[in-house]
Amino acid sequence: MADNDRIPTVIADDAHIVYKVHSSASPGTGSPLASLKRMVTNTKAANVKEVHAVKGVSFTAYRGEAIGLIGSNGSGKSTLLRAVAGLLPVSKGAIYASGQPSLLGVNAALMNELPGERNVELGCLAMGMSPAEVKAKKDAIIEFSGINERGDFSSYPMRTYSSGMAARLKFSIAAAKKHDVLLIDEALATGDAKFRRRSEARVRELRAEAGTVFLVSHSEQSIRDTCDRCIWLESGVVRADGPTDEVMREYEAYMRK
Amino acid sequence: MPETAVAESGTELSPKELARRHGLTASGRLPRLPEYTRQLWSYRHFIGAHASAKMTSSLGSTKLGTVWQVLTPIINAAVYYLIFGVIIGTSRGVDNFPAYLCIGVFVFQFTQSIVQTGINAITANLGLIRALHFPRASLPLSVALVEIRNFVVALLVLIGIVLITGEPITAEWVLLLPLLALQSFFNTGLAMFMARYGSKNRDIKQLVPFIMRFWMYGSAVLYPVTLFTEKLDGWQLALVEANPMLIFIELYRHALLENVTLAGAPVALWIQAVVWSLFVGLGGFVYFWRGEKGYGRG
Repeated sequence: MADNDRIPTVIADDAHIVYKVHSSASPGTGSPLASLKRMVTNTKAANVKEVHAVKGVSFTAYRGEAIGLIGSNGSGKSTLLRAVAGLLPVSKGAIYASGQPSLLGVNAALMNELPGERNVELGCLAMGMSPAEVKAKKDAIIEFSGINERGDFSSYPMRTYSSGMAARLKFSIAAAKKHDVLLIDEALATGDAKFRRRSEARVRELRAEAGTVFLVSHSEQSIRDTCDRCIWLESGVVRADGPTDEVMREYEAYMRK
Repeated sequence: MPETAVAESGTELSPKELARRHGLTASGRLPRLPEYTRQLWSYRHFIGAHASAKMTSSLGSTKLGTVWQVLTPIINAAVYYLIFGVIIGTSRGVDNFPAYLCIGVFVFQFTQSIVQTGINAITANLGLIRALHFPRASLPLSVALVEIRNFVVALLVLIGIVLITGEPITAEWVLLLPLLALQSFFNTGLAMFMARYGSKNRDIKQLVPFIMRFWMYGSAVLYPVTLFTEKLDGWQLALVEANPMLIFIELYRHALLENVTLAGAPVALWIQAVVWSLFVGLGGFVYFWRGEKGYGRG
């Protein structure tokens, strides 16, 4: 295989990610007296734990690829995506990316008091579009999200939306821009079947526009439908990396155990 | 078989060289300060839209809506006027005490709301930060923009109060404009400082009300500044008179009121105000920029 024909967009080179978690205090550590003792003796709070979520992951993603990230809960998939997006620093190794990868997650909270269309404008501006671009794309985004199918919902505040509608609008906003690298974290699972088909088509389009798409999902169907390559993470280590069919077969065998 | 894709790319070039050859940059790299400032400028429309969105959404559930922007400072002034001007009726040796008092309250309120909202600028927008890429300084800047807009309205109300209480319009009123610019610059730096500091130390939020109250008593808001010169001396007086809020409030009083005793010569106060604004404004920006890549971590 000639590497020279393929243009890499994301390279992870032995990336390690460690982060701190403030878990809820265990009994006996949450009292004022205990925290005072910690401050006086200068020990670390007992409820701060270090999590070594990703342990030495290496891969190279190329332009035009759609890569599925699979693995059981807590295997480090979302953490890895956030590091690729530059939102979490790597503690060892490096992750290189072309342009600015964009993470599209279900927690993309916009402003709930504002109507959908104001959120579209705000989201587009936050992605770095010019006001003229926003104006040109606004209607297409609302149309794609399908929130106006049952009345003029785009003029209602977002707090009145169902969780599916909000997720659809968020996906539509993020998918409106041409991304070099788009990272999707479980976002497709929220919409209904009709929207899922439409968004999967949009993911394929984004791929055709010579971008790279990463998809984290627990839905085997959506991985099989959209991704040609799969990376299987288990406790922060790459178990397998290859064509979707092969990796999924191994993964399913592992999960049945 | 599983690791083939990794092995193939590694046989010819190391990942680092491959990345360099194709112009890939390390994720999470901190941009240089001039580059960051340029990025921020290109996001000015977002900052403006975010500020006005914040304003609409905070007043969106009220019936009077934007009327509150004018109503809040008027009620604020009315309360102080009622207590100090009518009920207590004290002048404490100041000619126009109600106006003197209102200037202090309004000017201090501007900085106080900046601190209170700035501290939440990052923590309240974590969802946005984790979802989208934009220069994070947009958030404290949008906070500052909201507060500057609020203060401009409050300043108009203040001018009304000053006129009602019988002050003449003088040429010195022009000084309000550079003063507003200086304090806004100072406050913007403060908002950025608080935003980064508050995102790392959540505990500070509990202390802010006390810090602000202490700062207010040290800024001669509720009593004349001459009280300090009577009661304090030496380093204590020097410390109180170096307080930037005291300096700003004194300069507003100097601009708006006739016959008012200041803490120092106006020129000296102006110089101190400029130094403070540059120091806090630029310092806050640099401090915030240095933390740019850590804000998504929460």
